[in-house]
Amino acid sequence: MRQFLERHTFWAITILLAAAILLWMIFAVWPEWLVSAIGRKKTFVNTLLNGITLGGLYFLVASGFTLVFGLMRNVNLAHGSLYLLGAYIGYEVAEASGSWFLGLAVAFLAIAASGVLMQVLIFRRMEGDDLRQTLVTIAISIIAADLMLAVWTGTTYQFSPPEWLFGATTLPVVSVIRASGDPVFIKYPIYRLAVLGVAVAVGIGLWLFLNRTKIGMMIRAGVNDRQMLAASGVNVQLLFALVFAIGAGLAGFAGVIGGTALSIAPGEDIRYLLASLIVVIVGGLGSVTGAAIGALLIGLAEQFGLAYFPTYGVVLTFLIMVVVLAVRPQGLMGQS
Amino acid sequence: MFRLGKSTLVAATVLALASPVAAQETVKMGALATLEGAFTVLGEDSMRGVTLALEEFNYTAGGKKIELITGSSDASPDSAIRATRKLVEQDGVQIMVGPLSGSEGLAVKDYAKTQPNVTFLNGSSAAQDTTLRDPADNFFRFGTEGAQWMAGLGEYVYKEKGYRSLAVLAEDYSFPYTQVFGFLEPFCRLGGKASADARFWVPIGNKDYSSVIAALPDDVDAIYVALGGADAVNFLTQYEQAGGDLPLIGGSITVDQTVLGSKGRTRDFIIGTPSAGPISDTWEDSRWADFVAAYKAQFPDGFPSPSLFAHAYYINTKAALLALDAVNGDLSDGGKAYRAALASLEFETPTGVVKLDERRNAVADIFLTEVTEGPDGNLLNKTIKVIPQVSQTLGLSYDEFLKYGVVSRENPVCE
Repeated sequence: MRQFLERHTFWAITILLAAAILLWMIFAVWPEWLVSAIGRKKTFVNTLLNGITLGGLYFLVASGFTLVFGLMRNVNLAHGSLYLLGAYIGYEVAEASGSWFLGLAVAFLAIAASGVLMQVLIFRRMEGDDLRQTLVTIAISIIAADLMLAVWTGTTYQFSPPEWLFGATTLPVVSVIRASGDPVFIKYPIYRLAVLGVAVAVGIGLWLFLNRTKIGMMIRAGVNDRQMLAASGVNVQLLFALVFAIGAGLAGFAGVIGGTALSIAPGEDIRYLLASLIVVIVGGLGSVTGAAIGALLIGLAEQFGLAYFPTYGVVLTFLIMVVVLAVRPQGLMGQS
Repeated sequence: MFRLGKSTLVAATVLALASPVAAQETVKMGALATLEGAFTVLGEDSMRGVTLALEEFNYTAGGKKIELITGSSDASPDSAIRATRKLVEQDGVQIMVGPLSGSEGLAVKDYAKTQPNVTFLNGSSAAQDTTLRDPADNFFRFGTEGAQWMAGLGEYVYKEKGYRSLAVLAEDYSFPYTQVFGFLEPFCRLGGKASADARFWVPIGNKDYSSVIAALPDDVDAIYVALGGADAVNFLTQYEQAGGDLPLIGGSITVDQTVLGSKGRTRDFIIGTPSAGPISDTWEDSRWADFVAAYKAQFPDGFPSPSLFAHAYYINTKAALLALDAVNGDLSDGGKAYRAALASLEFETPTGVVKLDERRNAVADIFLTEVTEGPDGNLLNKTIKVIPQVSQTLGLSYDEFLKYGVVSRENPVCE
């Protein structure tokens, strides 16, 4: 920290200033000139929170994607299909059992299992052949999309989360002071805060797993040099299957979380695949920290775009990607 | 005598043998709907409408067997063109039914001009300029369009509900432009307000509406929402979740069966939402009741009641078959006689009589509706009022109507 301050004094001051301004914008009551310049505070704070929570959701999906790529150099373009399949399976279980949490658990386990099957039955046969693996995953995603359409039709599905997760809560943030002097507090959906909480928990869990456990050490070693890891007596195939299970399971898990926050419908697979791709391109392929930063950036860009210039909002996401590719092609946290 | 009898017998046998051969002759019909993307569920119900009409005719019209070839698009104009080209140029269909979505319709109309020998019937795409400006001679729309569908709603919410200022939330393409125009034009003429700052245009397939909801103004009387399929489902849930409490006004496909029939949380808070469109779920008329009964019998896992997409595709397919009957299945002149028959066709549909205007756009009854809870807990649209025989120019002359200008985000201005 101190080293950073000494070496990059300018950047440190800029970052601190930006953080201070942001905090002020969240907690202070906005003066008239600010409201007339960028609109109401309610819009700003809500959009900020939406961006962060959407980033949390994107992180859940993209972390599995980047984990699998980091270790196996396998760009799994069927990752979106795993997301959607997890959502559908979770929905069926939740409907049948009446328990949303059971649906969440089964979605994780079922998709983790199908991830292992994909690794053992398919990818193992074409190890090291990146292009072939990528093409096969595209084929799987197309076939899976049609099969899911046949089973679950095109109807939009929505989970019923436990009642205490539904509805809005009042945040300790004042949006405006009424003429009568009463403060108006900002309301925010509880479920989206829960999504953020889950994403942070998963992020910390993944970090601890990768940095503090023996298996995590092996995975990191595998990312750097696969051959050497195999030569030192580690069962690489088992490790691959495990990582694929975690990566795929996270996609299924995110399917239920995301399907509850938004909805499940055909086409979601492509949407989340695209989001994951952009997130890992921005964050750096193979880096979990990068996925977190990328997800946050993309989530914020999408939401601010939607709220402040909806017609051209989509451009913002791709603009970030273009800038990152131009300035730092390996991604913000990627290793060149 | 005997000899004559014998030859007659032979001739009769030959004829008898020949006639099934003639009957075997087929007419290829293409059907295009969105079977992928955000409007998948709409496309599925559209295909149910096509099947229903074909079943009614037993897949035979004008003495010819109808061979149906289906295509799929994702609501983008280029995907619609790709699918249409494939059906027309590779499969060689002579009659096309589709597409589903507004901007697709504009694209297919332009493509139709390059294929003068193929007859195009619209599916449910409802952008205004598909038939209003620069129409194609071989493109017919027997379902009405988005501005017609809004007939009566603007006056209704101004006079009956007492709304004076509105926010607008709609998808950003030609069909919602048409709907917003059709709704706001009478509303603003009466003195209502919906300023440009209070209109929000989102891309098709947008999932996360929470920021748009946060940006919606508080000082309006109601929100006019023109979203379709999964987009509408997402918005409604998130609006409820965010604690939104402004009353809503629905576009034609925002509170129809494709949204009301979706799986999961019941959206009781939209009960009472007014809307307007080409159908009403609870219209008490034997023609509509028969249609609903046929739909339910044929598709037990369809919606509780057919959506306006099933209805629009049904009507257009039926028109195609009726005209084929009228010309005895003869398309040998490149379909000229067939198109003349279509242009003069006037027939009974589940929602009353339909005929075409001189630009081949339908004139038909429109229903003013309100969301209500059905007897078995389903949400349905109940009829408030039927507006008879609404034309595309909304009762004005063609030249006068053109003065309103092209539908767009800012038309009408309404400040």
